[in-house]
Amino acid sequence: MSALLEIRDLRKDFSGAAGPVTALEGIDLDVAEGELAVIVGPSGCGKSTLLNIVAGLEHGTGGEARIDGRPITGPGADRGMVFQSYTLFPWLSVRENVEFGLRIKGVPKDERAETARRYLGLVGLADFENALPKELSGGMKQRVAIARVLANQPRMLLMDEPFGALDAQTRLVLQELLLGIRAQERSTVLFITHDIDEAILLADNVYVMSRRPGRLKARIPVDIPRPRDHRVTVSADFAAVKARIMELLWEEITA
Amino acid sequence: MSTHPKASPAHRAGLALLSFAAVLAAWSAASYGGLVKDLFLPKPHSVLLAFADMHRDGILLSYTWDSVYRVMVGWSLAVAAAVPLGLFIATSRRGAAVCAPLIEFARYLPVVALVPLTLLYFGIGDGQKFAIIFLGTFFQLALMVADSVAAVPRDLGRAAATLGASRAQIYRMVLLPGALPGIMDDLRITVGWAWTYLVVAELVAANSGLGYMILRAQRFLAIDRIFAGLVLIGLLGLATDWLFKTATRLCVPWSEKVDA
Repeated sequence: MSALLEIRDLRKDFSGAAGPVTALEGIDLDVAEGELAVIVGPSGCGKSTLLNIVAGLEHGTGGEARIDGRPITGPGADRGMVFQSYTLFPWLSVRENVEFGLRIKGVPKDERAETARRYLGLVGLADFENALPKELSGGMKQRVAIARVLANQPRMLLMDEPFGALDAQTRLVLQELLLGIRAQERSTVLFITHDIDEAILLADNVYVMSRRPGRLKARIPVDIPRPRDHRVTVSADFAAVKARIMELLWEEITA
Repeated sequence: MSTHPKASPAHRAGLALLSFAAVLAAWSAASYGGLVKDLFLPKPHSVLLAFADMHRDGILLSYTWDSVYRVMVGWSLAVAAAVPLGLFIATSRRGAAVCAPLIEFARYLPVVALVPLTLLYFGIGDGQKFAIIFLGTFFQLALMVADSVAAVPRDLGRAAATLGASRAQIYRMVLLPGALPGIMDDLRITVGWAWTYLVVAELVAANSGLGYMILRAQRFLAIDRIFAGLVLIGLLGLATDWLFKTATRLCVPWSEKVDA
């Protein structure tokens, strides 16, 4: 069976201020149904560009990206994205935010509300359905953003450093929340981060990306058994994987 | 040294009244105290009497209404044209390339300089007043709306796209509501300009309206009536501002600009 997401020899060139820039080159990536794949790389390596191409928000200049065997031509509800910045619609209540995708699909009102409540329960915000985004903390906003994408039942969850703006404790809590949700919903996730601990804690496979032009230089399978929680970050297995990834990344940072 | 506790609404209203009272006190001292001649500074009570006189003459309400009507029509026409154009400029690179330079050129033309031309084209009736108000507010407003739309965080539209929204849905469900607090501000600011341009137009040529009233009073050296006209325009401005702020609170209660 072929993978849910297939990327073959993907390339992305920009015309920058100082001439053409190659952001991505020779990217091959398969993400299987139900897999949680994490891409780590130094900042500016093009990992967000890669995710944006999968989301259909940007287009590659060579190669191809397919979801469910179909070429990706633009954004769609089958690939829901959680951003690092807060993207809740401030004029909608928490529940209306979660209902947004369903409203676009034309799901009837009662059904929408029921689905939204279920996913708000899943992220632990059942009591906040009528709150406005401006009343929520950063961590709560990202919980709602996750619920909003899940309620839309995408084929794949795209996460662009979703916890990057949060403090360390909140980040841990949300990482564990994501692990729990993933186990329950069997979601397929493509996750971008520069935090190695986060990558190992979450991933089935960690892909290490090189500096510009970005390539995937290694795939590191993480065999730490699930369910995982923050305690695995101090285990010997974890340290061994981290050492390998650090080694690979260090070459990129210092090269 | 000190924190700034938020003043309660009653407290703020009290402070505002205090500032008005201070101006009134200085005015009274200068006029009743005989520091300034009546010819140049009317006494406060004679301004009140002037209001009564003009009401008896039947011009107070009718002239006020004429001016309000002109501002409303002229400014509404500008809004109806400028908001869609601003949205277009903000979201289309080609739109910006075509429209922005032209608008930049037009907005530096002092609208007051266009008064003679509009008189020639439209005469001295309401049409000319609409034209002056339109010309004075439309170009700036289009650029202000474009800025307000451009200020909507890009990731909001992108998030909507990955939730399945089409381009048209992103316009309607994200960009427009997202820009609304800014647009409300733009409207409030430009309606103030509309008043300015109207009064200028009425001072130059009109046969009714508050600017015309002030001009006539000047011809008769009726300084109490001039002051009454100025006070009235000021009060109308205050009322307009209050209306817009209330409307903003009602339309966009979610905005960070509105206190919870």
